[in-house]
Amino acid sequence: MSRFIAPWTLRSYGILGINRRNSRYIARYNPRRLFPLVDNKLKTKLTVHPAGIPTPAPIGTVAEQSQVAGLSNLLEGHAGFAIKPSKGSGGKGIIVVTGRDGDEFIKASGARLTISDLRRDVSNILAGLYSLGGKPDVAIIEELIHADPRFDRFTVEGVPDIRVIVCRGFPVMAMMRLATHASDGKANLHQGAVGVGLDMATGRALNAVQFGQTVTQHPDTGQRLDELEVPDWDALLLMAARCYEVTGLGYLGTDIVIDRDKGPQLLELNARPGLAIQVANGAGLLPRLRRIDDLSDAELSAPAEERVRLSQSWFGSVEQTVQS
Amino acid sequence: MRRPSDLALPGLVTLLLLIGTALVLHRHWVYEVPLIYGETQTVWSLEARIEFTADGGPVKVSMARPAEQSDFTILRQSGASPGYGLNFIEGADPRAEWTVRAASGAQELYYQVDVLESDNWSGNNFPAPKIVSPDWQDPYRTAVLTVLEGAYNTSSDNFSFARELIKRFNQTDAPQHIRLLRRAFNGRMPNLMADILNEAQVPATVVYGLELEDGRRRQLLTPLLRVWQGGKSQIFRVSDSPDEELPLLLWEQRGAPVLDVIGGRDSRIRFSMIRREESTYSALTEHTDTGQSLLNFSIHSLPVEEQAMFKTILLLPVGALVVCILRILVGLRTSGTFMPVLFAVAFMQTSLGTGIVGFVLVVACGLFIRSYLSRLNLLLVARISAVIVTVIAIISLFSVLSYKLGMTEGLKIMFFPMVILAWTIERMSILWEEEGGKEVLIQGGGSLLTAALAYWAMQNPVVQHLTFNFMGVQFIIVGLIVMLGAYAGYRLSELRRFASFRQR
Repeated sequence: MSRFIAPWTLRSYGILGINRRNSRYIARYNPRRLFPLVDNKLKTKLTVHPAGIPTPAPIGTVAEQSQVAGLSNLLEGHAGFAIKPSKGSGGKGIIVVTGRDGDEFIKASGARLTISDLRRDVSNILAGLYSLGGKPDVAIIEELIHADPRFDRFTVEGVPDIRVIVCRGFPVMAMMRLATHASDGKANLHQGAVGVGLDMATGRALNAVQFGQTVTQHPDTGQRLDELEVPDWDALLLMAARCYEVTGLGYLGTDIVIDRDKGPQLLELNARPGLAIQVANGAGLLPRLRRIDDLSDAELSAPAEERVRLSQSWFGSVEQTVQS
Repeated sequence: MRRPSDLALPGLVTLLLLIGTALVLHRHWVYEVPLIYGETQTVWSLEARIEFTADGGPVKVSMARPAEQSDFTILRQSGASPGYGLNFIEGADPRAEWTVRAASGAQELYYQVDVLESDNWSGNNFPAPKIVSPDWQDPYRTAVLTVLEGAYNTSSDNFSFARELIKRFNQTDAPQHIRLLRRAFNGRMPNLMADILNEAQVPATVVYGLELEDGRRRQLLTPLLRVWQGGKSQIFRVSDSPDEELPLLLWEQRGAPVLDVIGGRDSRIRFSMIRREESTYSALTEHTDTGQSLLNFSIHSLPVEEQAMFKTILLLPVGALVVCILRILVGLRTSGTFMPVLFAVAFMQTSLGTGIVGFVLVVACGLFIRSYLSRLNLLLVARISAVIVTVIAIISLFSVLSYKLGMTEGLKIMFFPMVILAWTIERMSILWEEEGGKEVLIQGGGSLLTAALAYWAMQNPVVQHLTFNFMGVQFIIVGLIVMLGAYAGYRLSELRRFASFRQR
């Protein structure tokens, strides 16, 4: 049986499985009452803003079906924008418009939409099509993020985003997700985006995968992926680490994008971050999480800067050797 | 780092398993309920429920009750009727009589009987009733005589005569005179046939039987034809659907009315039934478990109608356990967590093959129509409502179509939960738009596989026997579910997902 791996081998790599993530990490570190904070992007924005964590600039929100008719007025003067369901998950229902051509809107993929297409999408969002449990939702319209030109050859259509897993305030693992044609400009790994594991110490690429297979260059642009390096790495990790204090969630996935002009921006938080980051890094989360589990109260109460420094020294590439 | 719950959990699981096992063993030892299905005898609990409106004065209700017969032995019987006096009148024509001095308004009377399936009856037969020559009116008289002559000439004795008669009335391309009689006596066919037989000096009468099928509620009695030849008699089914090979209990054997209400009106009688497996010992002793003991956690003290409902409800935990195993241990993706269990319940009504074919057909058609609806920019609630109506239309269409094509199996598609089907179609359609057809196939296939496995577990006679007769089994299932909930190991799907770590 070559298509399966033995559970003990998996364990020796320290791979975290869904069951263990749910019962030992999410259930233990993420109090249920705090979930609405991250399941609702509008609330996330309002929560992190006072703490000085930057998020994409809002254009407006649509909260009622009656406001859908006025969508074109709201979008007046904005060539590029993103429409998101506030309570959406997994990138569902997000529409990124990068430009206009007459009356038509051009998506990141090049597809064209009319204003009535957009109205239908917004109307679906409000009806709760993308929200958990189908509850009525609010559509958020944000200004378009302009990709940092340094990443131009690493991605197509979409802006690459950086996922950092933060456990009890300590960044433990990070990856960058690069959109491809296969993923339709979306940064979801299971849809075909490339995941690049990042060295916690430097922000340099360690390993890259697409559809679970190791790749060395971007499938569409041919760019060598080991040349990838995230600028302002320490500042980015600090931003991720500070999300812990702001939200109180002890097991958190932070999604950060780097804007050409404004630098790192927090896109969204996830209280149930996925496990694909381990494949991208070629390393398991468990040894790192166990280290955090065993920390003393004094270490846990260290300021964010100190926590980032400790994380970098523990989980940087020097420590990359397999521990089990 | 160990949390207190790390230690409490094994304790809880052990406690649940122990309580469950203790209850099962208690019920097995004290109430003689066999653990293994098979080395038992089948006992049917039947319940007749009489409803009528009393006029305010004295009321007398007389109901026929089943007597010993060739396939069944009467074990025990009881009646429930607040305020009424109840008498069981024995003899050749056993009846139950409820009487009260004054009653008004809606009344409900219950009669419950347990019968044992056995074929060692050697009682004497009923004597033939007196032949009553009917008085035919003219357009029918000629028709009756024509049928009579034809059937008489092609038969040798009373029994073959009756068979010929039934055959003639049930043929699809019936001649003019049969069609005339069928129209005129629609709904009273057994009576007509008995009258025709009497016309030919053959002793015959209409009796009433109950077709026994586990878990049925609100059933009616089936009218049957009883024909005598010398000292022997035979029962004939009059209806033209002899495909139902259900056991038949004769409720009323002599041609007397089943229900007779004096002092009331709008009376009606409905039957519920449930099958049980009991050990011979327990079945033959008067060992009724009417709930005197608190430890006897069985639902058998409830009326049969409610018991029949519980028989399905008590199977749902088994379905939930299957879902837990498939999701936690295997990691199968399904559309909606417990939706497959609901479909498994539907499959139990339709049979697995019909169910799956029906499910795929309805969902495929629904997806097609839903893709058109999505272009109309409808609001979500309106769109799902439209899909529900569409699903109903598809199901009606398939029912009619399969009936016309002679596939009566297709009619069972009606048992599908339509609102849930509509939601499934909506979810799958969105999934299709967002993740592509492949994900729809994965989740749809996962749901069907889960439903099929849940169905397989739930329709297993051993499982049905255990869940219905032993409340302790429910504790064991909860114990297993709690145990699964604490499983923190890898899922089977993850061994595949992370297979790339093998080469490192």
